[in-house]
Amino acid sequence: MAALDQFEAKEGVDQETVDAVRDVSTYKYGWNTDIEMEYAPKGVNPDIVRLISSKNEEPEWMTEWRLQAFERWTGMKEPNWAMVNYPEIDFQDQYYYARPKSMEVKPKSLDEVDPKLLDTYAKLGIPLKEQMILAGVEGAEEAQTEERKVAVDAVFDSVSVGTTFQAELKKAGVIFCSISEAIREHPELVKKYLGTVVPASDNFYATLNSAVFSDGSFVYVPPGVRCPMELSTYFRINAENTGQFERTLIIADKGSYVSYLEGCTAPQRDTAQLHAAVVEIIIEEDAEVKYSTVQNWYPGDENGKGGIYNFVTKRADCRGDRAKVMWTQVETGSAVTWKYPSCILRGNESQGEFYSIAIANNMQQADTGTKMIHLGKNTKSRIVSKGISAGKAQNTYRGLVSMHPKAKNSRNYTQCDSLLIGDKCGAHTVPYIEVKNNSSRVEHEATTSKVDDDQLFYCRQRGMDEEEAVALVVNGFCKDVLQALPMEFAMEAQQLVAISLEGSVG
Amino acid sequence: MALPELKQTTTEARLASVTLPEGGCLEPARRAALSRVQGMGLPDRRDEYWKYTRPDTLISVDVTKAAVFETDETPAFSEFDRLQIVFVDGVFDAEASDDLSLEGVSIERLADVQGKDIHWVKDLYGVLEARGQTPVERPLAAFNTAFATDGVVIHVTGTPSKPINLTYRHANDSSDAILHHVIKVDSGAEATILENGPAAARFNKVMEIDIADKGTLHLLRAQGRDHERRAATHLFAHLGEESAFKSFTLTVNGVLTRNEAVVEFTGDNAMAHVAGACVGDGDFHHDDTVFITHDAVNCESRQVFKKVLRNGATGVFQGKILVKEGAQKTDGYQISQSLLLDDDSQFLAKPELEIYADDVACSHGSTSGAIDEDGLFYLRSRGVPIGEATDLMTLAFLAEAVEEIDDSEIAASINDRLYGWLARRR
Repeated sequence: MAALDQFEAKEGVDQETVDAVRDVSTYKYGWNTDIEMEYAPKGVNPDIVRLISSKNEEPEWMTEWRLQAFERWTGMKEPNWAMVNYPEIDFQDQYYYARPKSMEVKPKSLDEVDPKLLDTYAKLGIPLKEQMILAGVEGAEEAQTEERKVAVDAVFDSVSVGTTFQAELKKAGVIFCSISEAIREHPELVKKYLGTVVPASDNFYATLNSAVFSDGSFVYVPPGVRCPMELSTYFRINAENTGQFERTLIIADKGSYVSYLEGCTAPQRDTAQLHAAVVEIIIEEDAEVKYSTVQNWYPGDENGKGGIYNFVTKRADCRGDRAKVMWTQVETGSAVTWKYPSCILRGNESQGEFYSIAIANNMQQADTGTKMIHLGKNTKSRIVSKGISAGKAQNTYRGLVSMHPKAKNSRNYTQCDSLLIGDKCGAHTVPYIEVKNNSSRVEHEATTSKVDDDQLFYCRQRGMDEEEAVALVVNGFCKDVLQALPMEFAMEAQQLVAISLEGSVG
Repeated sequence: MALPELKQTTTEARLASVTLPEGGCLEPARRAALSRVQGMGLPDRRDEYWKYTRPDTLISVDVTKAAVFETDETPAFSEFDRLQIVFVDGVFDAEASDDLSLEGVSIERLADVQGKDIHWVKDLYGVLEARGQTPVERPLAAFNTAFATDGVVIHVTGTPSKPINLTYRHANDSSDAILHHVIKVDSGAEATILENGPAAARFNKVMEIDIADKGTLHLLRAQGRDHERRAATHLFAHLGEESAFKSFTLTVNGVLTRNEAVVEFTGDNAMAHVAGACVGDGDFHHDDTVFITHDAVNCESRQVFKKVLRNGATGVFQGKILVKEGAQKTDGYQISQSLLLDDDSQFLAKPELEIYADDVACSHGSTSGAIDEDGLFYLRSRGVPIGEATDLMTLAFLAEAVEEIDDSEIAASINDRLYGWLARRR
């Protein structure tokens, strides 16, 4: 039973919102796949790092890079500034590598992949067959003249099971494969970009990831190419006591465009599991990347038992002029979330956007937000963050907006709202604002069910009563964010659309 | 837990350079404060709470010299009928001060009180400061409690006929003043405290304020002009039921100023407004750090901070509203805004909310930007010269903070002073 049933939402909080929060908090992906696995020995040390590297058949430079990261990591301390509490993690009591036995010999095509694995993804609504499309977009193809395709890279525990539509993408010049494959097949690209956005020594978890990442996705979109389909990676943790450390590297060369989706789930288990990912995005001149996530890791039960510790470093570097990045995230899972997808706006006129909905229920703790680092002239950023806490959950927005002295005429707008359902949960806002030039404008607001007076006046003038007008204006707590989600997440979006801002606390 | 080595060394060095006043009723409180300092260590740059302000000169053994600022301008508040208490470089000056007797209030010098064995101040001195150490450490305040050499203890029992004015004069270019005031407002009593002057080359001040049910205290500060002093001030206010606390601080220059305000609601239906206006020009660093804790039902808090910065000035705002579990019907408002008049100045802000109750309304806003060009154009098209137009726009920007002053005469006087200062620098 969701803890929500025990708490009364205060007057003014929409019942539909409470129902919707309860609904998204009921975990539907808690089953596990019974499959024979192969593990590396527990713990992390240079030998494990070498082992992971050799399992991925990596060249020497990559192994060396990992070992250096490991060396750094041993001298680092776990960060403690986030508003999250969890028992101390024993980093030596985890498996850092687990792969299905059937993946020992790499399947040449998806037809050779163990049907159990394919079934797992089918059950999750992620068919790995090219003739099928992602669940949740029925009707989508009718709206389009052509069939809507999504290429999927499926990661199961520590390895990529397969990537669909690779051939078709190749025709367009787009490289989409697992990162382990990219290290082997495209070392020049990986060498050039890996660790340039999130350096190996960036932070405790990113450094650990640099040492032990086992797989992840790689995308390269060449100059002037509009990626012909949506790309997506689906992460599934299945094995017990195993951490997942994936690494994603996306490069959008000059004038290109790509939309990338990320989904993740894990089985219901009593012990907490670690997930420390790194996502690096490089965006050159005039290129655009949309990165959308529906994070649905197992959140633990209502007493806080089990769940995923989600410590993720995601960063996009808008290197060229007019580069654009858009992060959209819906965070409903994980016992603990520590995640700040950020934008470095280096190129002049580059743009960064961050849209987030974080829903925390029961004992969940989410500390999430973004950083907008304005370095180039005329750069723009927009942050819209909605946090909902229920049960005994804690939800924190933590963000930084920094206007460098040279970032003339730049603009930021930040809006964060929180809603509490019940009197045992918490909602917190920790924004940092640093403005170092006067031609830039920075606005931050976090407000209570603030309804625009002009809009209200307009509606009332047309004969609506106040209540109707408010309902229309504040028509969706989450709409701002949901509009930014691609079609593929329509199912998730539908669930969340009922959530409204009414009764928020600030 | 052991302190980091560097912190340990600087703390020990500073503690070795001062002597703890012994004897009397305050010694236990001073000793307790000393051990708090030893436990926390003095602040350094690595502390998150000092992310935007360098505490080095505030904790160093030697005082950085500050020239005494000569001016022919009449000191702030001198046009009002008030009871004036003068401190010169942090030492009470009986000759320059008025007679301390006033109906509705009892005023004593801290140095006189501490020698006594029994005094009401014993129950407050260092007590509110100690409460204010969680969840965020404020080592400079604990340092002050341990080593304060002078100050006043004020017990407001009725409604005094005029405000009490604490004037801080600066005479020596390397003076190091540590003042500690305690103000106790009885149930139903109401008083106004005025503070002005640069005080010393380095100034560490703590004011502990205890307002009983239905009591009211107004605190108005005008922190000097064009002086080079460095100051760290703390005020700790503890509010009872239906009480009110209103504070306004005007800061015009000063090399380094860190004003911390720690307000705690423990009685229902109380209100606290903390406001500040600052105008910084050149070598100027001004930090407003506010922490408001709602631990009672139906209380209202307001933070309004406006900063105008130019010629490389830095403005900092760290504000927090903490709403504890059960503090329902809280109304918390916080706004911090900066007007950057040129490209060299900077504004660094951290407006925080921490909420554990669901039936509350808390909002915060923070903006930063240049002067509104349309407004300037409008004024100029009506024949107002650019300099004056800029000043008018600046005053309008600061108005929301100045309006927090209840007394309209004092508000008008502050406004005149601001306009004069702006015009002089035009």
